[in-house]
Amino acid sequence: MKPRFVLRADEPWWRGPLLVMFAVLVTFIVTSALIRWSGGSPIAAFRYMFINPLQSRFGLTESILSATPLVFTGAAVAIAFRAGYWNIGAEGQLLAGTIGATWFGLHAEGLPSFVAVPGILLAGAVSGAAWALLPALLRARLGIDEVVSTLLLNPVALLVITGLLNGPWRNSETGFPDSDVIAQSAMMPVVWPDTRVHLGLVFGIVVTLGCWWFIRSMAGGLRLRAVGLAPGAARIAGLQVERTLLTTALVSGGIAGMGGASEIAGVAHQLTIGISSGFGYTGVIVATLAALSFIGSLLVALMLGIINVGSFSASRALSIPSTMGEVVQSVLLVTVVAALVIQKYRVVWKQGQS
Amino acid sequence: MSSATPSVLLREIRKSYGVTVALDGVTLELVPGEIHALLGENGAGKTTLMKTLFGLTQPDSGRIEVDGNATVIKSPRDARAAGIGMVTQHFSLVKTMTVAENLALSEARLVSVDLAKARRTAVDAAERYGFEVPADVVVAELPVALQQRAEILKALAAGCKYLILDEPTAVLGPKDVDSLLGVIERLRDQESMSIVLISHKMKEIERVADRVSVLRRGAVVASTAARGMTTKELIALMVGGDAGESVARPVSSINDDAPVALALRGVSVKRSHGGLEDITFEVRAGEILGIAGVSGNGQSELVEVLSGTLSVDEGQVEVGGSHLADVTPPSLLAAGVGMLGEDRHAAAVHNLPVVENLVLDQLQSVTRRGHLDRSAMAERCDVAIRQFEIKATPQQHLGTLSGGNMQKVLLARLFGRSPKAAIVSQPTRGLDVSSTRYVRSLIADARASGTAVVLVSEDLDEVLELANRIAVMYRGRVVGILDAHEVTRERLGEMMAGVLV
Repeated sequence: MKPRFVLRADEPWWRGPLLVMFAVLVTFIVTSALIRWSGGSPIAAFRYMFINPLQSRFGLTESILSATPLVFTGAAVAIAFRAGYWNIGAEGQLLAGTIGATWFGLHAEGLPSFVAVPGILLAGAVSGAAWALLPALLRARLGIDEVVSTLLLNPVALLVITGLLNGPWRNSETGFPDSDVIAQSAMMPVVWPDTRVHLGLVFGIVVTLGCWWFIRSMAGGLRLRAVGLAPGAARIAGLQVERTLLTTALVSGGIAGMGGASEIAGVAHQLTIGISSGFGYTGVIVATLAALSFIGSLLVALMLGIINVGSFSASRALSIPSTMGEVVQSVLLVTVVAALVIQKYRVVWKQGQS
Repeated sequence: MSSATPSVLLREIRKSYGVTVALDGVTLELVPGEIHALLGENGAGKTTLMKTLFGLTQPDSGRIEVDGNATVIKSPRDARAAGIGMVTQHFSLVKTMTVAENLALSEARLVSVDLAKARRTAVDAAERYGFEVPADVVVAELPVALQQRAEILKALAAGCKYLILDEPTAVLGPKDVDSLLGVIERLRDQESMSIVLISHKMKEIERVADRVSVLRRGAVVASTAARGMTTKELIALMVGGDAGESVARPVSSINDDAPVALALRGVSVKRSHGGLEDITFEVRAGEILGIAGVSGNGQSELVEVLSGTLSVDEGQVEVGGSHLADVTPPSLLAAGVGMLGEDRHAAAVHNLPVVENLVLDQLQSVTRRGHLDRSAMAERCDVAIRQFEIKATPQQHLGTLSGGNMQKVLLARLFGRSPKAAIVSQPTRGLDVSSTRYVRSLIADARASGTAVVLVSEDLDEVLELANRIAVMYRGRVVGILDAHEVTRERLGEMMAGVLV
């Protein structure tokens, strides 16, 4: 007896949500055991992680703030994956984006805000796309696997930042390896008074909705989906597979780079070595949990933002490891991916092969 | 163990995939000391039959008797236990291991691996059958001919007495073919083995086969002693029917005034083997040019050239009278050449709905300022579903359709754009009877509406039924083009065997 995956003909609307709920249930069960093992009460931990952040204005807005970079990286990864370009380099592209944004921000003195703010975002996008260019060219021209090359460029981007911060961009006042603060005019204004939620979130949502619209309604979006699902068949239909891959890779890098710019201009206002806490990698989780849907990735980004904020308070209150939040995210990833396979395919047990 | 004479008997084997019948009650006997050639077009059921014998697939009914005993073969392991070995077209060696390690692997117990014994096997084989395989070289570093020997060696080491070789010479150059045939003969003569040779190459069969069976549409249509048979006689077996029978069909004569829609002039593709040489033909609007030939004589390469995936070294392709500067998929599509490849799954985006697959090669026609015109797409899809009798909904993913309906979608896409010329390759392979009939009528309809059709098919009946003219390919060349009314099976057979006219 061998299991075989057969494409489902029908997709009733309730199957997806039902399977995801089941996946969440499994996640709760598995992580409960781990939380109990590390000495905490699972119920209390989940309350801290999922409910508490939503019960205070501060918790909610901090969660939204924490979700903002994930909105960008989630969209960046989703659009690349849709084209069958396995960009694992959103982290590096986001870091490249912070470099470009910082450079622009440091030179933006005297520019009016309505020029400087779009400008810093553009600078991030261009540097993110530039960081994505090499692996994209290698893939499109020579067929070199992009998973490895995009992944390996991530630490390189961090090394470049370390170099800059220990060299030319060392803080001119403190001498610490942090850059100077960028020009006031290039900073993202706060959009929710008395909180830290900034204009970057709005840009992130706009970019995500743009991707959604493009994929759904535009000819280029259909082209991209066809290339992602069956490159051979797309080529037979006369589509230019390599060009689609290259363009998508650059757009994906650009979006991730904007995420970096949003962090510089909206939160940190200066470049630091810890500017990204794995936002690019988490973007892969966001996109995957959302089944590469853009609207879904907005929701997933928010959920992961809540878990981020919640797991800190859980760890403070219950003295369980603060990494428990990441454990929950990872288990969720595994269960949801399994659920998505079952959503798309039926499992048929069949004797023998063929 | 058994008193009966040693032999393998496949009795009344039936196998169908859905409504498609792959094997329709095949009976075949393999006798020791005999080389049994299996002939037939691709899709006739040769490989399915041999996979059944080797346990790679299970028959729906029928039985297998080994040495007189009914034997159930559920897996290759069962087959090996019954003394049956198979060398498939895709080798099953672990490429990063040495030959000896591969040999030892198939016999390895949980903990012990007997490399020394494996080496001895290799040395023995070299002495006994005169074929040397370097035992300590990593498989990936061996030329393909030696990999194949290692594969045969693996079967021999497992003690097989019946050896199935599935198109073993397709990947070999002439010298290697020669030595492989020598090895096969020695295995027959010295070891009294029974060898099944699947091949499209008449010369090889003429040289080594003792018996030849011809499969057509899942049934054995001829099984006869092969000694002394000539290539011509073998092809006559394949072509079937009464060799002298006139098979002229009442196809409307070609309108000589119709413009030439597609022309090839001296097209050559240079390759060590399997290239094309000086292909020249013209197809007029409203005509079907059939391409006939024994499998592997350049038909697939011709199709690849006309789909833009194989680059032309010499010669020109003209569409509608003007010369194509570069022959690529986009340029061919732009010039109005459509293509239905032999592998429909390769052209189908399984996870996209029918409605989107239908417009994939003509997106600009349903795009308004960058946006897809969904209502135009839906309308076009409805028309196609009605006109081509596609049993599917517009939103159904293409991968969930049956083979026949998938083929109709691809044909609807191809003919929906009213191409100047259409290349149609093996259009009915693997389809059930009613889909086959319908697909053929669609091709005839396209001709009636003025499309120039190139029909490449190994199914000779299909070519005879549809084509106005038939071009016969042999060794990468077109050896002659016949008008439908002057065709006889004998004449076709001769040409397919390489007799120039």
